[in-house]
Amino acid sequence: MGVVSRPVPRVDAYEKVTGRAKFAADLYFPGMLYGKVLRSPHAHARIVKIDVSRAREVPGVHCVLTAADLPAARSWFTYLFLAEDEVRYTGDAVAMVAAEDPDAAEEALKAIEVVYEPLPGVFTIEEALEPGALQVQDYAPGNIVRNSHWPVRRGNVEEGFARSDVIIEREYRTPFIEHAYIEPEATVAVPDPVDGSVTVYGSVQNPYMTRRYVAAALGTALGKVRIIQQTLGGSFGGKEEVMGLMCGRAAVMAVKTGRPVKMVNTREESFVESAKRHPFRLRYKIGATREGRIMAFEAELVDEGGAYNSQAQFMNWRACVHSAGCYEIPNVKVDVYAVHTNNVYGGAMRGYSSPQVIFGQESLMDELAEALGMDPVELRRKNALRFGSVTITGQKLDDQPVNVLAVMERVLEEADYFNRREEYTRQREKGGPRRRGIGMAVSYRGCGLGAETADATGGLVSVQEDGSVIIRSGLTDNGQGLSTSHAQIVAEELGIPLSKVVYQRVDTSTMPDGGMTVASRGTYTGGRAMLLAARKVKEIIFRGAAELLSCRPEELASSDGLIFCSSDPSKKVSFEEAVRHCLFRGETLTQLGWVVPPELPWDRPTGQGKAFPTYMYSCVVAEVEVDTETGQVEVLRVTAGHDVGRAINPALAAGQIYGGIVMGMGMALMEEVELHKGVILNPNFDSYTIPTSLDMPEMKPLLLESEDPVGPFHAKSLGEPAMECVAAAIVNAVAHATGRRVRSLPANLEKVLLGKTLARS
Amino acid sequence: MSLLDLKLKVNGKEYRVKVRPHKRLLDVLRDDLHLTGTKEGCGIGECGACTVIMDGRAVNSCLVLAASAEGKEIYTIEGLEQDGKLHPLQEAFMRHNALQCGFCTPGMIMSAKALLDKNPHPTREEIKEAISGNLCRCTGYRQIIEAIEEVSESASKGARE
Repeated sequence: MGVVSRPVPRVDAYEKVTGRAKFAADLYFPGMLYGKVLRSPHAHARIVKIDVSRAREVPGVHCVLTAADLPAARSWFTYLFLAEDEVRYTGDAVAMVAAEDPDAAEEALKAIEVVYEPLPGVFTIEEALEPGALQVQDYAPGNIVRNSHWPVRRGNVEEGFARSDVIIEREYRTPFIEHAYIEPEATVAVPDPVDGSVTVYGSVQNPYMTRRYVAAALGTALGKVRIIQQTLGGSFGGKEEVMGLMCGRAAVMAVKTGRPVKMVNTREESFVESAKRHPFRLRYKIGATREGRIMAFEAELVDEGGAYNSQAQFMNWRACVHSAGCYEIPNVKVDVYAVHTNNVYGGAMRGYSSPQVIFGQESLMDELAEALGMDPVELRRKNALRFGSVTITGQKLDDQPVNVLAVMERVLEEADYFNRREEYTRQREKGGPRRRGIGMAVSYRGCGLGAETADATGGLVSVQEDGSVIIRSGLTDNGQGLSTSHAQIVAEELGIPLSKVVYQRVDTSTMPDGGMTVASRGTYTGGRAMLLAARKVKEIIFRGAAELLSCRPEELASSDGLIFCSSDPSKKVSFEEAVRHCLFRGETLTQLGWVVPPELPWDRPTGQGKAFPTYMYSCVVAEVEVDTETGQVEVLRVTAGHDVGRAINPALAAGQIYGGIVMGMGMALMEEVELHKGVILNPNFDSYTIPTSLDMPEMKPLLLESEDPVGPFHAKSLGEPAMECVAAAIVNAVAHATGRRVRSLPANLEKVLLGKTLARS
Repeated sequence: MSLLDLKLKVNGKEYRVKVRPHKRLLDVLRDDLHLTGTKEGCGIGECGACTVIMDGRAVNSCLVLAASAEGKEIYTIEGLEQDGKLHPLQEAFMRHNALQCGFCTPGMIMSAKALLDKNPHPTREEIKEAISGNLCRCTGYRQIIEAIEEVSESASKGARE
């Protein structure tokens, strides 16, 4: 292989190391105004009165708008651009202003008078589920998020428990977690006074979703809204709903004033209005024979959706599929559903529901092993999915490699797991304040969207007359490096140097909607569309080259910018010459590759069906040292192995793994959005801490390759798997070190030391 | 509001700007000089995205009043590339895949530069310490540290030769 499988530098590296890359907040337009939003101080209140007259008088202010002034106050989903008569969480906005400079906009916000009548609210899963509880949204009876219930029914759990020798029941909890991308949300909306259209530049993860919001806000056609993704300063699933709302607001003010309007969130605003990782309450009952064969698994997984929600119905489907982990279990009963509260809303965050679900289920495996008096690894070996196994959703895995055990054994060996486990167990028995532990977790993850929704997307390859190649995707580079991996795939297929490929960022008016850049589908699905497009142009170019070389197209191969006859490489023509030959003949070398995976059958009432075409497998081993006098946990070493199919770029793949480990470590030990009656108490990095370079453990990534039948050049997914079982492994290591299990994340000082939280709420 | 008439020296160039007294160095760099390589991530000196070098020290430009930067030598990420030639740290960051989204990258490189300017042969722990005020959510720091180490190693090689 020439370009694929090599750690070439990122195609966007130069612009990023020089500070030239333009993030949305870096854009300045002539006549640009600055937009700001006034948000509710209450988690739940009736808006009695809003008076904006004084705000309109502030010098430099061009517009002050409330819900009454908007074409539509409600987005295409249920989120509010501006609240009309009721606020349901502290992120709800009630008014917005645009002014000549940020100071004037701030002053105008202060001059807006709002009278609220505070109302009681619901702030926990338990409160939301209480009979007769206040209903957060009219359309969600019992506070159950619409369409969020996903059951799995397989076999008969009662019989399974009857045949079990050991049965345990456990409950685990995870909190709201902030994405904490370092770039706060930003946009500039630029109106076109000629045709009434609007171009919106923004820090958007999903431009087509953002476009729906903007069109809804303006009450205009999708075709009149153009969203251009600027270089994105991290997203991890976060810059979705919040960007739709921000871009919609900016667009309305831009059209109203006829001027470009820029909006940039402060970090505090970002915390208050952006989605969070859904908190989960994970309740389990699991039974096994004395020999460690799991006979029955029952789970009720409830996540907190917050005041609005457009994700739980999708992420809970993934949660039900993966609820029992990568094990073969004959009798399963699972129910996943989400509830509304008056807290900030849950959204997508790297891993979707998996990091939470794996934390619960892989903690449960360790606890079951303990109850059985069995080594946790041995329990996993006995129950792991193998080639030909049937998953809990009834999918027989006999058309692809099933690598749970291969990945697990390799990682355990690489981490010297058994020796260290024994050594640390011995040390623990000796006592002393500093204790070491080693723990592991293993997972599998369906690649792409699976049966959730049509996993279709496109890639456009356009070859220019000088042999340079423009590529466009409907999926976005969020920093993970999609532009580089796509460019590598196209360069490899065409046999040209990477430097000839020019990636252009997503522009909704020039590429068909290819769905969202989620579910680790950028390379797996998006890469396939690119490969398809490249193959189409290659076929045309090879036909042209065959004419020039007087041979058949099937005899040709290409590499490094040359097309040659495989049997006689001296018969050759440059890529550029062949391209020119084709273009002069009137051929088009611009081709769209469109991937539509086969539909996967799914039976909702029973949760049975083929969930995903392919799975990828991961194992993480973590070693920790716990100071039992303070509760301080230091993560010493993490070994992470992932069955990636093939790494298109090993350096970028390693980067995903390192980043995933450190983000998973934050989830395990330090991160929690603290809320009191719906108010976020730690809305910036002084009080919401994420791992720094000093917290980083020693890390060993293992890229394990396999022959995946679906992905481009056999590549599978990695972005989300890289973080999904880290927290579970770390918490299992802490339990090994201390002999005490933390069942509620994060495992911070007080929970490790005292076994409980000291937080106010 | 009265405006201050400031003379600032940034990347070796003299600039005159009229700014409101409460403006931060970060605001002036971005909004007035359009040196947007310096980023705002938190506004309270916790994330390091706005790191610049002022009189040889890495500082959070969100915590520096523009007026107090007068008479100081200020360097931003835009000042590193000289005559089309990248600074060794920039090259090393590219080679080591020491960036993903790139938002923290300018601040990270400036902190690394401030370290290497004072201490060309830092230990791994000293490198970690020097960039501990620069948050990165993408990379897990490892490839960043390797990039800085490589530059310090070539610096030490240069010193030996």
